[in-house]
Amino acid sequence: MAMAEIFAKYNYWIYITLMMIGLYAMIAKGNLAKKIIGMSIFQTAIIVFYVSIGAKKGGATIPIIAHGHEGAEHVVRAIDYVNPLPHVLMLTAIVVGVATLGVALAIAMSIYERYGSMEEEEILERIRE
Amino acid sequence: MIAPEQYPVLIVTVPLLSAFLINLIGMVDKRLCYPASLLALGASLAAALAVAARVAATGTIHYHVGNWPPPFGIEYVIDHLNALVLVVVAGVALVAAIASKRSVEQDFPDKRAQFYTLFVLLTTGLLGMTITGDAFNLYVLMEISALTNYSLIAMGGNRALVGGFNYIIIGTIGACFYLLGVGHLYIMTGSLNMADLLQLLPALFHTKAVLVGAILMLLGAWIKMAFFPLHGWLPNAYTYAPSATSTLVAPLMTKVSVYIMIRVLFSVFGAYYVFTVLPVKGLVVWLAVAAIVGGSIFALAQQDFKRMLTYLIVAEVGYMVGGVWLANQWGITGAILHIVNDAVMTLCLFLFCGIVVHKTRGHRLENLRGLFRRMPVTMAAFAVGALSMIGVPPTAGFFSKWYLILGGIDAHQWGFVAALLFSSLVNAVLFFRVFEIAYFEPAEEVHGHGAAVAIDEAPLSMLLPLVAVAIGLIVLGLYSTSLVSTFIQYAVPAGI
Repeated sequence: MAMAEIFAKYNYWIYITLMMIGLYAMIAKGNLAKKIIGMSIFQTAIIVFYVSIGAKKGGATIPIIAHGHEGAEHVVRAIDYVNPLPHVLMLTAIVVGVATLGVALAIAMSIYERYGSMEEEEILERIRE
Repeated sequence: MIAPEQYPVLIVTVPLLSAFLINLIGMVDKRLCYPASLLALGASLAAALAVAARVAATGTIHYHVGNWPPPFGIEYVIDHLNALVLVVVAGVALVAAIASKRSVEQDFPDKRAQFYTLFVLLTTGLLGMTITGDAFNLYVLMEISALTNYSLIAMGGNRALVGGFNYIIIGTIGACFYLLGVGHLYIMTGSLNMADLLQLLPALFHTKAVLVGAILMLLGAWIKMAFFPLHGWLPNAYTYAPSATSTLVAPLMTKVSVYIMIRVLFSVFGAYYVFTVLPVKGLVVWLAVAAIVGGSIFALAQQDFKRMLTYLIVAEVGYMVGGVWLANQWGITGAILHIVNDAVMTLCLFLFCGIVVHKTRGHRLENLRGLFRRMPVTMAAFAVGALSMIGVPPTAGFFSKWYLILGGIDAHQWGFVAALLFSSLVNAVLFFRVFEIAYFEPAEEVHGHGAAVAIDEAPLSMLLPLVAVAIGLIVLGLYSTSLVSTFIQYAVPAGI
């Protein structure tokens, strides 16, 4: 039973695992590039979470407002189709993620140019000098 | 003419479009970027003032962006709380922009266009966060202000790069936590509109998903506002940021995050859930006590003037968070009033800091030696800001602190009251030490950096904003009662 429950919610386990990997890399890794990779994984985990909650298995239809066909005049029946809203939200989140990645990489590059290293410890050492 | 009904959207769209225009203008003539950004921020402030006046007269305004009704479209909601915060954000940004002229010319003459583009865009993000009534829209604008903030800080070069990098990592974690919290609420309710959520959530208060959502959103806001012990990113990022940047972000970023916390607590979850269902009330007040005491002690230990100010920001965040979680009329009133007062006080101190950096090329305490004689007007204005931080009447700082202390007594949170008094004491020690250095210690030759710079009164573009803000602090203090009766009393949730 417990196993079945875990498997039924596998999408949550996937996102939590990804998120923890990202968080670990952001906090524990000393290399700036690895931190940035961790940040990207972390953001992607949240995208996985959002996209998976919009999913629907079996019998899903395309969300077109159904009117006219059989004289029916009803608006969308949310229960029938894959919820597109979380996906659309994630388009924005992806853009935000790309922008964050760009800024982070640009700053990491400037740090490398200035201090000649991507390792946090070496950078701090050079600051102390 | 544009109809007054459209003013709410102008607050955000004018600076948004101007930001990109400023970049284009910069390609033609770099000198035009400065007046263009003043114009954009001024227009935004005018719209914010008009909207605030309307809110004071007729109550909450709902603006449907693109005429799409909520919950499908994004709604701007301006009530008594964010009408006030909008004016503060737009006003502080305008003053910071006016004062930035010389620092920007000194620090990065070739990047003026980029600087002002980011500057105005950051302000847009803050205004948008404040005005929106949509939980997801808030996230997007939070990231706009954060991304521009990272770049503006990193423009300081050298150590600002490292501070900015750490800020990116921590800031992204904060924003992602908030987004994840919004996701939890969306799963449970199917809505992102705050007013909708407030209606739908009470039936779901017992569920774990809502609890997790609340904790995640709260953690996100706390990371963004540098609430102790999540403040690690702030001192380095703000200390090494260029002075034109820190003048804008130090007063605003943390205060807008506090506003976001208040908004999420009372307009999404409601006061009943926050104070009665969530079992964290006392804990948060004690965290706030730790923030106040910790921030003050760290500030005492600094030899760097600007770094000392950054730790004071950490302590001030404790004031506001603690005030909200006192969960009574006085405390919340004090917290909201302190958002306004602290933004203006911090602006005053950082404007002064910008002048010191401009004149002495440094921001350590020894840079202040002998400044009283060389720039008496500047120092007098700074003294007003310092007295306000300490909480001496009739400056603004006294009144919000007074409300907070009353709230603490009313809630029997003696630790919080003691922390407030302790922090006032520390502030007094700190600033009188600064006065002593600036007044009694003889001025030294400015060493390093080639030719000695003549240290005298600040240029007018920096001095006038500082003096205006210092006068503003006294005016705010004198009119704090009417501020409370016009705006803040309606912003405190009913029934607590």
